[in-house]
Amino acid sequence: MLSPQTPETKPVKLSVRNMDFRYGEKKVLDGLSLDIHAERVTAIIGPSGCGKSTFLKCFNRIHEISAPVKVSGDMMIDGVDIYRGGIDEVDLRRRVGMVFQKPNPFPKSIYENVAFGPRLFGVKDKATLDGIVEDALRKSALWDEVKDRLKESATGMSGGQQQRLCIARALAVNPEVLLMDEPCSALDPIATAKIEELIVELKENLTIVIVTHNMQQAARVSDYTAFFWLGKLIEMDLTERIFTTPRERMTEDYLTGRFG
Amino acid sequence: MRLFDTELKNLRDGIMAMAGIAEEMIELTIQALAERSSAKADRVNELDRQMDEWELKLDQLCVDLLALHSPAATDLRLIASSLKIIPEVERIGDHCCNIARRASFVHPPILSEGSLERLGQETRGMVRRAVDAFVGHDAALARAVIKNDDTVDDLYAQIYRELLRIMLADPLCIERASHLILVIKNWERIADQATNIAEEVLYILEGRSAKHPYLRGNAVE
Repeated sequence: MLSPQTPETKPVKLSVRNMDFRYGEKKVLDGLSLDIHAERVTAIIGPSGCGKSTFLKCFNRIHEISAPVKVSGDMMIDGVDIYRGGIDEVDLRRRVGMVFQKPNPFPKSIYENVAFGPRLFGVKDKATLDGIVEDALRKSALWDEVKDRLKESATGMSGGQQQRLCIARALAVNPEVLLMDEPCSALDPIATAKIEELIVELKENLTIVIVTHNMQQAARVSDYTAFFWLGKLIEMDLTERIFTTPRERMTEDYLTGRFG
Repeated sequence: MRLFDTELKNLRDGIMAMAGIAEEMIELTIQALAERSSAKADRVNELDRQMDEWELKLDQLCVDLLALHSPAATDLRLIASSLKIIPEVERIGDHCCNIARRASFVHPPILSEGSLERLGQETRGMVRRAVDAFVGHDAALARAVIKNDDTVDDLYAQIYRELLRIMLADPLCIERASHLILVIKNWERIADQATNIAEEVLYILEGRSAKHPYLRGNAVE
């Protein structure tokens, strides 16, 4: 974990400047500016309805699928604007993967779940696909548990396994960023611990942004924590600082349960 | 009030109660020394038992609060620092016992008049102000306590030199002087304890360690 004594050495992967987000007329995110560093875990915390999940979805434009939205300000990945930089949405979603609150495997076999993305991007060779599937399942710490039943339906797995399968599915297309929207909220403490361990391992090669209502989870897994309130960024700092010495009174009140 | 807030209040109140006992012990110790009073020395020992009981109780409370409430920010700092303040206060009690039990061995007086009394009073003032800084969330007062430690150290060194001179001049005084060296050493340690408490108060209030400023470049202003 990063500490105030060690200077940040990783480059900025995602950069947000003066960003507003509207669903129709309703402003959901208001004037956000922050940087997310590569190969770090950044946690976003805040009360329900503060815009955390919306913010997460802006990074791979997945909200555009369901509703008309308007994003203003800058949102960059590796210095290229996500909305105006001419990035192909499908390619963006490959680079910026997502894992949701409830495990949502396809009603297909374990193998097909993981092979789905690579197939979509044109991988046809069986041996190559096999390699990708194994690699993704290993990275998501699932391989040893499922290697003998790859053809079985994913829906028969436990909740924790399903969630790791969803992570494997996201990893199979070799993303640069992984967005996680409360990935453990439907899991028991043992499955949660496995996912958390996985998050820490995955950040070796990935930029991870995680939304969580579990403050202790943010404290355990993240390097940086951002506190959102009513669509605004109240404070962002090293997680260690946020949890011991937040600068803002609102952050303090939220963390100590004296909010509102 | 939420259960957690009630428990935090219990913690603060408990530390204040311990500190109250410590102050009473210091006062009794000063009197025991001045009056050669074994009754007061005995009272110091009785109070030490209460102090030890408080220590066990509050240590457990801190661990429970950490385990059950996952405290953060100010709450976390208060509990983490309490775990360090509690043994400091308890040690003050131990030092008082060490001093008080020598009350009958340091008479008739050999030191210049008032110097031993002054060391006790200076130390007592430091403890009082460190506790006041904790109770009143007073960073300026905590800083003043840390600075004041030099005064006690100087006084200690001065009395120590005087005792050496006395022993050289008159071997018949060696036994009393030896006891007195331990007495002043214990006073000096109590002043250190007060300093440590003040440092923890600064951590609670400001979130950065005030210890070992030479390592961090955060000298106490």
